[in-house]
Amino acid sequence: MTVKATSRNSGNRQPMTDTKLLMLIAIGIFVVMYGAAMLFIGKRFLNTQEIFNLLNNNAYLIILGCSLTIVMIGGGIDISVGGVVCLSAMSCAKFLQTSGMEGVPGVIVSLLLALGIGLLFGLEQGFLVSYLGIQPFIVTLAGMFLSRGVTTMISSENVPIKHEAFLEMKKTALQIPSVGKLELGAIIALLILLLMYLLLRHHRLGRSIYALGGNQQSALMLGINVKRSRFLSYVISGVLSGLAGYIFIMHASSGKTSIGLRSEMDAIASAIIGGTLLTGGVGNVFGAFFGVMILSTIQEIMAASKVQESYWQEIASGSMLALFILMQSVVLSRRGKKMSLPAWIKFKKE
Amino acid sequence: MMQKVNSRNRQGLSQLVIPLAALGILILFNLIRGIIIGDLGFFSIGTRVNNDGNLVLTGNIISIIDDASALAIIAMGMTLVTAACGGQDISVGAVGAISGAVYVRVLAAFGLDHITFPGVLAAFAAACLVTIIFTLFNGTLVSVFKIQPMIATLILFSCGRSIAYMITGSATPQLNAPLINSIGKTIPGIPIPTPIFLVIIMGLILTLIFKVTNLRLYTQTVGINQGAARLNGINPTLIKLLSFVILGICVTMAAMIQVCRLNQLSHKTLLDAIEMDAILAVAIGGNSLGGGKFRLSGSILGSYIILMLTNTLNDMSVKPDSIKAYKAIVIIIIVIAGSPGFKSKISNLWEKIHGIEKKTVSGEVH
Amino acid sequence: MEVLTMRGISKSFPGTKALDNVDFTLRKGEIHALMGENGAGKSTLIKVLTGVYPKDSGKIFVDGVEGEAHIHSPQDAQNIGISTVYQEINLCPNLTVAENMFIGRTRGSRVHWKENERKTNEILTNLGIPAQANQELSHCSLAVQQMVAIARAVDMNCKVLILDEPTSSLDDKEVQMLFGLMRDLQARGVGIIFVTHFLEQVYEVSDRITVLRNGELVGEYPVSELPQVELVARMMGKNLNDLADLEEIGQKKENVGNIVYEAENLSSSECKPFNFQIREGEVNGFTGLLGSGRSESVRAIFGADRVTGGKVKVKGKSVHISKPHEAMKAGIGYLSEDRKRDGIIADLSVRENIILAMQVMKGFFHPMGRREMEKFADEYIRTLKIKTAGQETPVGSLSGGNQQKVILARWLLTHPDYLILDEPTRGIDVGTKLEIQKLVLKLAAEENMSITFISSEIEEMLRTCSRLIVMRDRNIVGELTGDDLNQASVMQTIAGGGR
Repeated sequence: MTVKATSRNSGNRQPMTDTKLLMLIAIGIFVVMYGAAMLFIGKRFLNTQEIFNLLNNNAYLIILGCSLTIVMIGGGIDISVGGVVCLSAMSCAKFLQTSGMEGVPGVIVSLLLALGIGLLFGLEQGFLVSYLGIQPFIVTLAGMFLSRGVTTMISSENVPIKHEAFLEMKKTALQIPSVGKLELGAIIALLILLLMYLLLRHHRLGRSIYALGGNQQSALMLGINVKRSRFLSYVISGVLSGLAGYIFIMHASSGKTSIGLRSEMDAIASAIIGGTLLTGGVGNVFGAFFGVMILSTIQEIMAASKVQESYWQEIASGSMLALFILMQSVVLSRRGKKMSLPAWIKFKKE
Repeated sequence: MMQKVNSRNRQGLSQLVIPLAALGILILFNLIRGIIIGDLGFFSIGTRVNNDGNLVLTGNIISIIDDASALAIIAMGMTLVTAACGGQDISVGAVGAISGAVYVRVLAAFGLDHITFPGVLAAFAAACLVTIIFTLFNGTLVSVFKIQPMIATLILFSCGRSIAYMITGSATPQLNAPLINSIGKTIPGIPIPTPIFLVIIMGLILTLIFKVTNLRLYTQTVGINQGAARLNGINPTLIKLLSFVILGICVTMAAMIQVCRLNQLSHKTLLDAIEMDAILAVAIGGNSLGGGKFRLSGSILGSYIILMLTNTLNDMSVKPDSIKAYKAIVIIIIVIAGSPGFKSKISNLWEKIHGIEKKTVSGEVH
Repeated sequence: MEVLTMRGISKSFPGTKALDNVDFTLRKGEIHALMGENGAGKSTLIKVLTGVYPKDSGKIFVDGVEGEAHIHSPQDAQNIGISTVYQEINLCPNLTVAENMFIGRTRGSRVHWKENERKTNEILTNLGIPAQANQELSHCSLAVQQMVAIARAVDMNCKVLILDEPTSSLDDKEVQMLFGLMRDLQARGVGIIFVTHFLEQVYEVSDRITVLRNGELVGEYPVSELPQVELVARMMGKNLNDLADLEEIGQKKENVGNIVYEAENLSSSECKPFNFQIREGEVNGFTGLLGSGRSESVRAIFGADRVTGGKVKVKGKSVHISKPHEAMKAGIGYLSEDRKRDGIIADLSVRENIILAMQVMKGFFHPMGRREMEKFADEYIRTLKIKTAGQETPVGSLSGGNQQKVILARWLLTHPDYLILDEPTRGIDVGTKLEIQKLVLKLAAEENMSITFISSEIEEMLRTCSRLIVMRDRNIVGELTGDDLNQASVMQTIAGGGR
């Protein structure tokens, strides 16, 4: 309660918001990091295709970053996304291999299957969290177990996809002469990114999710249907995870049980690095996008430099995460707000 | 006096209703299933002579209790952290890997060929120290910087295993000394697996700590009402840090058991995904994941339930990887049964059936 | 013309009658102050009006609504033109001003940023609110945030605007800004219900005053006919129905001993520097209206807020108190004002709540035995007549009065030399109030304890305290002893002479 005199600049210029500030830092770090890689490692980082490869390889993670951002803005968490990606990828692979549905119909039905699986998980988790008031961490933990478990029931082997129409579609790519190749999956991921930005920025639901993450009590008083907004945020997250699974097999063209292992944590980390506040109410899908780019650039740098062991990559991304979490803590306390637990963890008693 | 004793028991046991019921259902299920298929092997307890020529207890029940040891020990620490901070440490598996790495590294420094008791002790002490430093890193983020525990511990969750790898390097040393087997399996002459004793010892140590200090009272007070705790002279930051220290000791113990049991260290798989099971054990044990009142026995019971469930499903020849799916369904049922929304619906229904008005709490007389 | 009429409103909670047959009317274009001390029923009346609580009986009529108005939720209230702006602003700090104006009101699914911002800027200019539509709300000062909340209400065509303690965290300039807006709205014909504890502010802007006390209507007065002293008297005044008067509660102790606690220029993050001392066996009180700094001062004594300066002596010896733990070690006990937030540990048992402070004093490594705890708990449950099913009952399930007794027991068990009781009688029944007052006198007389007693009810303080420190606007403005300890002079001092 110490926000005293208004510090307004003249004219229409507004002070930087939390979202923008944290996201700009993330973009800055990405640019610096990539620039350094170009200077010191050179070779492939000087090639524009490299950037496209980052997008092609991490298309599914970009989508997961979006879903986590949306749920976290609403003050929740969803750790089932990795499992749902795996389940949807595996189901589609199995379907394409065994159903015998050839051609375009097979592709369309498999896509619907992926979305349907995501939708089911989203509906279940949203209902339990929003209408029964169960902690999202536990609900989505169960979702993670369930999806991973069911995946192994479908197949515990690799399922390579040989569906012709699917492989044909997979080959579709945006070829920009002398710049590089952007796969269809990456294009879809970018479209989803744009779509989610529009949803969060220009749709009533998006703004309601922001409001409910900012202050649930106020949101209620302002006439927002808090329960429904929260429910829908989980549904969106579920559907996007299902789609992410489909995008994954479009890149990898085979289903296996290790798909998306730990990707929920990568997605949470990307969202945090991109400036989504742990407390809810603040965040931006573009931030998550740059979070993904930062994490994958670290990966590429590690792969390109002499360091062979993968552990440096994990330590580097871990330190990056630590840095951003502490930075958020400082940014918030500087602004006179205390970091506090989001509403979902406090739900237990009045 | 009679009434007082009754009310105390009722208070304590109410928290254990769900885990005990779950355990009962599991046992009953296996019993019926055993009778139907005509094989009560699930409940078998036998003896056999192991490779070293010692008589050891075998059988399904023994292996369930034995296998649950590491989980039960970590669940104890997790219970304390949950009670004090109202959140969970998801880095215990990764930190456990660090702990195991330090343990093996120190043992190797003494020489892996002749592992002695002082060496084991020194290795345990060193592992404890390093682990506590890491859990305190988490604890500081949580208590001083007031970062939500799950997010604060995400850092070590994502890079802990790599730190473990840094400590040991790529080698996965084999530990084949008799002393190591005594810790991870059985002590010659004693038929019961040692990890079971270690759970009991850890449980007794914590019980003793609760007896000779005010840890339980302070932890619960901080978890329920931090502001009031401060006004009554309790330092919430310190209590939270302390809970992380104890978690560190628990994690070290669990890591040691696991390393000795498998006779080797693998930074990738040591205590893999145990954080999820530990949190689950705490929840099944009837402890609120939002902090406050807690019961260690509930969490320990929860660990055994998880392992018994896993074992039952194994028995029904469910693929090991698919067990998670059934586990998830059990979790969902348990959390729905314990959710506020569901409870109020049930009590409404109960009233409707019995046509009685809501009974006033006896304390509310004026 | 009446825009709002409430007739015979009653509302009970378990154990207390919060509103008893209260009438209230609000005219078009007036600012109507609703006054009363804690527990008087102001907030209950407002919550009934806005549909947060259902009323037990009574009728509400609103201009433009045919017949009786049925209000079951804040949403209903808003729909018929009753809007509330609370002290804790119910807006989302992470959204822009424009969004806060329009969110939850529009039908379509698309958010029209440009149009909303244009409209918002229009409204802001129109009402003279110094903010911009595209500004994030958290970047605005509290006063502006409050005004935005008001603007939202106005734009929703509210006829009745309730301002609940709008000025308590504003500085003088901001208060003037807010008043400007209120007068402006008044001129537009909005009826404003103004709830505040600041008397000067009431006289500055209001037209009429309604006073409540103990859930009953004391009266409705035009401002010009009710001098400030009279208002204080009405708010705190002698309560003829109070059983307490009929019973002798014991003698105040006259001769007191050595100085037990002494503070010089003590200040904290929440209060200005002040001097204070208390002697052995003395009962004194801090009085003043809510927000006058009475609670903040005792919190500074106990080290509950961040202490920023001053010297403290306990029994002649210099001590450093910056944390509650240090205060407890020095022999000070503190029963806090907010029982729910700072007092009880709701899920723990009565026994654990009683022994908590003593246990902390004994230290981390010296836990009390079960027997010992039960003995103490038993003893205090008996002497304080705590009504509980047993020692192991969670304290959260007890009634307010009994919870308060449990916390009192907690501090008595530590046998403090100096005990601070901040509003120990708030929100509890008359019988228990009386018991607590008796106990205070008994402790001072028999155990030579020094006690600071704070209450919103002046009667209680006059009965128990031998010295009253009067505060206004965070300053000590007087100290009353002996013959000056009567209602008239206390109220005169609180009201500050004027009017």
